[in-house]
Amino acid sequence: MILIRLFLSFLQIGLFSIGGGYAAIPLIQEQTVTLNGWLTAEQFMNLATIAEMTPGPIAINGATFVGLKVAGFPGAVAATFGCILPSLVIVSILSLIYRRYRSLPMLQSVLGSLRPAVIALIAAAGINMLLQVAFGGRENISLTEIHWVGAALFTVSFLIMRKFHFNPIVVMAMCGVAGLLLGMIGIPL
Amino acid sequence: MELSSAKKKLTLFFSMLYISAFTFGGGFVIVTFMKRRFVDELHWLDEQEMLDMTALAQSAPGPIAVNAAIQVGWKVGGLTGMLAAVLGTVIPPVAILTVISLFYQAFEANPVVAMTLRGMSCGVAAVILDVAVSMGEKLVRAKNGIHLAVMAAAFIATFFLRINVIWIILCAGLIGFVSALLERKGMEKT
Repeated sequence: MILIRLFLSFLQIGLFSIGGGYAAIPLIQEQTVTLNGWLTAEQFMNLATIAEMTPGPIAINGATFVGLKVAGFPGAVAATFGCILPSLVIVSILSLIYRRYRSLPMLQSVLGSLRPAVIALIAAAGINMLLQVAFGGRENISLTEIHWVGAALFTVSFLIMRKFHFNPIVVMAMCGVAGLLLGMIGIPL
Repeated sequence: MELSSAKKKLTLFFSMLYISAFTFGGGFVIVTFMKRRFVDELHWLDEQEMLDMTALAQSAPGPIAVNAAIQVGWKVGGLTGMLAAVLGTVIPPVAILTVISLFYQAFEANPVVAMTLRGMSCGVAAVILDVAVSMGEKLVRAKNGIHLAVMAAAFIATFFLRINVIWIILCAGLIGFVSALLERKGMEKT
């Protein structure tokens, strides 16, 4: 049944996304695009964009968006609940342990070594997105397929982020305006 | 000034509702706002507690904002306090995304929306790669050989071999567990 599938998929996303929003992106991509085919690569891109420009955790935004699309409002509730259930159980237990013992060196060191893997996952998700905007997907990588405008817009945004540490929301809004203006004068991305 | 228990939970719920509805930009931003509200304004927690809660929220699975809300909720009002805080955190994104989804399905074909979204997609890719590069730089500067090897292996596994993300995280956790055990053994010997 679809509600259970949604619940279980987002349960896995909630259980394995360690380190906040960006860590959830590759997991959401895998569950919704690769494994279940609930979203196309392009729709996933739109989801990431919407999740990034609205308040709230990316995983919950994703759960609501995908749940609604696949099975209406009950789907959104099932996916969102699946997504926060692991937190409810695990963090409650950890919180209890913390208040009893206050320091967890073993746990800290285990979780600390997860960070490099998470960074690699985020980087790979970012590169996949870049390939999507620059080539229309990783299957089409070639000089003849390159979308120059998208690649240029990405490059400018990336350099601005690296150099001036602009607020991400501002950069995205500027990209949106640029996309709209370029589209209006007949240069589609 | 001690608020009654029920009133305290209501304050907790509305504080989280407000913070969750108006903080853009992910877990770390929301934790900063929670600190301002619960430590500086309401004096429900001290600063050290908030820092510990942040670290735990960050290293436990799940959204950082939800994880932080769970801990503050337990501390302030037990089980019902925890549920109040989590509901307050979750309702705004669910409501906002529901509205946007209706809008999205109606306007997915609209060329103006499509052009804007395509432009913004380039920005999202840039934002995500910027985050990855910043964190990767810090890791490279820390010069921990095991961590660097884990990062390289995880990248190859996910990007080229397309191994399920969950296996990659489990393997990395196992490597951390084993190296912590070895370290502890080494410390016992000396």
